[in-house]
Amino acid sequence: MTASEKRNGTPVYKLVVRDIDFYYGANKVLHGISMDIEKNRVTALIGPSGCGKSTFLRTLNRMNEIIPDTRMTGVVTLDGKDIYRDFNDPSTIRTRIGMVFQKSNPFPKSIFDNIAYGLKVNGIKDKAIIRTVVEDSLKRAFLWDEVKDILDHNAYMLSGGQQQRLCIARALAIRPEVILMDEPASALDPLSTSKIEDLIGELKKNYTIVIVTHNMQQAARISDYTAFFYEGVMVEFGPTKELFTKPDRKKTEDYITGRFG
Amino acid sequence: MQDMEKFQLKPKSRFREYLGEKIIMVSAFTALIGVLLIFVFIFKEAVPIFTDPEIQEEASLDKMVFKQQYYEGRDPKFSWQPNSEVPKYSLFPLFIGTIKAAMVAMLFAVPLGIGAAIYSSEFASRRVREIIKPVIELLAAIPSVVLGFFALIILATFLQNVLGLTFRLNTLNAGIALGLAAIPIIFTVAEDAMTSVPQSLREASTALGANAWQVSFMTVFPAALPGISAGVVLGFGRAVGETMIVLMASGNAAIISTSIFDSGRTFSATIAAELGEVVFGSAHYSVLFFLGTLLFVFTFAINLGGDMVLVRLKQKLQGKT
Repeated sequence: MTASEKRNGTPVYKLVVRDIDFYYGANKVLHGISMDIEKNRVTALIGPSGCGKSTFLRTLNRMNEIIPDTRMTGVVTLDGKDIYRDFNDPSTIRTRIGMVFQKSNPFPKSIFDNIAYGLKVNGIKDKAIIRTVVEDSLKRAFLWDEVKDILDHNAYMLSGGQQQRLCIARALAIRPEVILMDEPASALDPLSTSKIEDLIGELKKNYTIVIVTHNMQQAARISDYTAFFYEGVMVEFGPTKELFTKPDRKKTEDYITGRFG
Repeated sequence: MQDMEKFQLKPKSRFREYLGEKIIMVSAFTALIGVLLIFVFIFKEAVPIFTDPEIQEEASLDKMVFKQQYYEGRDPKFSWQPNSEVPKYSLFPLFIGTIKAAMVAMLFAVPLGIGAAIYSSEFASRRVREIIKPVIELLAAIPSVVLGFFALIILATFLQNVLGLTFRLNTLNAGIALGLAAIPIIFTVAEDAMTSVPQSLREASTALGANAWQVSFMTVFPAALPGISAGVVLGFGRAVGETMIVLMASGNAAIISTSIFDSGRTFSATIAAELGEVVFGSAHYSVLFFLGTLLFVFTFAINLGGDMVLVRLKQKLQGKT
């Protein structure tokens, strides 16, 4: 029994992953990954650089499909539906499973248009709705107070931390159920990082979050579950507290105690 | 570790560094001075139009710009007939011819050049891209006399048969051949602009549920728009300045007609056709140099404008504006 089962009775799994193998050309980078990702929880993926954690994250919303020469086997289901076989159009999946990237990547447009973009590509043209959603999304990302008077300014005028929260707000605007975050705070200063971490804590009330991080303290602080990846294999997966205090595997222990990394 | 002490790093020759730097500096300035001197000498030959009263009698600025009455009792008109008994130097027919040919060229080349650029940078597989990019850029390597020859012999006959035209050599024919010369310029600059849009923007757009088509037209295209317009501007400069193609394919009649099915004569073709036989130092001679000056200033301004737009694109993508 896991910690959450004790707390809530039966856990609800938002994403269920089975036997993912992934190849770049002939190079196999993920080996049989299986994982159950609980709803309204933060699941952290940790491991040294090049261990496949980002690649794994991107299999969860079919982002790897835009990279040529890649191949995947295995199954990922969202609420029981296979995201690779039950959805013809990968863009539908990406509206339900949003993503925030390592380097903040706002569009070279105004702050307002950055948030509105996701609505526009998904066919929402009503200006009143767009205005409401822009405000709401910025509020959810704790950015509204800082930008409400400069919505027409170019997004590049914001600081790095603000840009990253803008990217989170942009992801929230299309009402995803799951948010994937690929080292969202690795390029930020400690203050901006803590703002992002607070935000993640707030967001998990409404969203299921999967986050890749290099920073083990961060994983320990913000996540409910942690998976440790090493050389394309998921070495260990469990409640964060257990994984960090009494890991099952020697490899995990070596990594979290800083013997390699 | 001990081995490290066995060799000594060689001190650099200050003199050689100095000499090298001066040599490349001279080569840079040679090009610059060359451009400047070309402009000075062309303009110098055009100066009598403004200073020499005898030449002004024949071809002053307002004689070139405004309607003139050349014969008693006839309506004033624009006319370019420098070798007639009453020499006529109106630039207006040439201006019409130049703009008309360049417009046809752009109507032909802009959609094709930009379309090819979008396809190559956004949709083509790597293998296809490796074929179409060099092939289109190879178009730029075709000598314009060859393009002119193609237009004169093959394209003109084809167009006349298909469209049933009265005049075999006309602006449409020349414009299409000019377009062929402009396409590689537009394509190359636009394609570079689109491929230099950061991959992270494509990912951001894709992650928000945009499909490949929306990523291209709602993210990449707007972000690359300054570069794409620079390509169009540079292509226009080529279409205006190109000589051999229009000389061979346009029919060269200096008439005032807005129809693209009529013949037309451009600035560049006029200089090429007439400068070889003009009387040295005559009014006609000065006017031809004046045409050259206008062309020079025009294409220079266009190229400069295109470059400035490109610089702005880079700043925009780096978030400096």
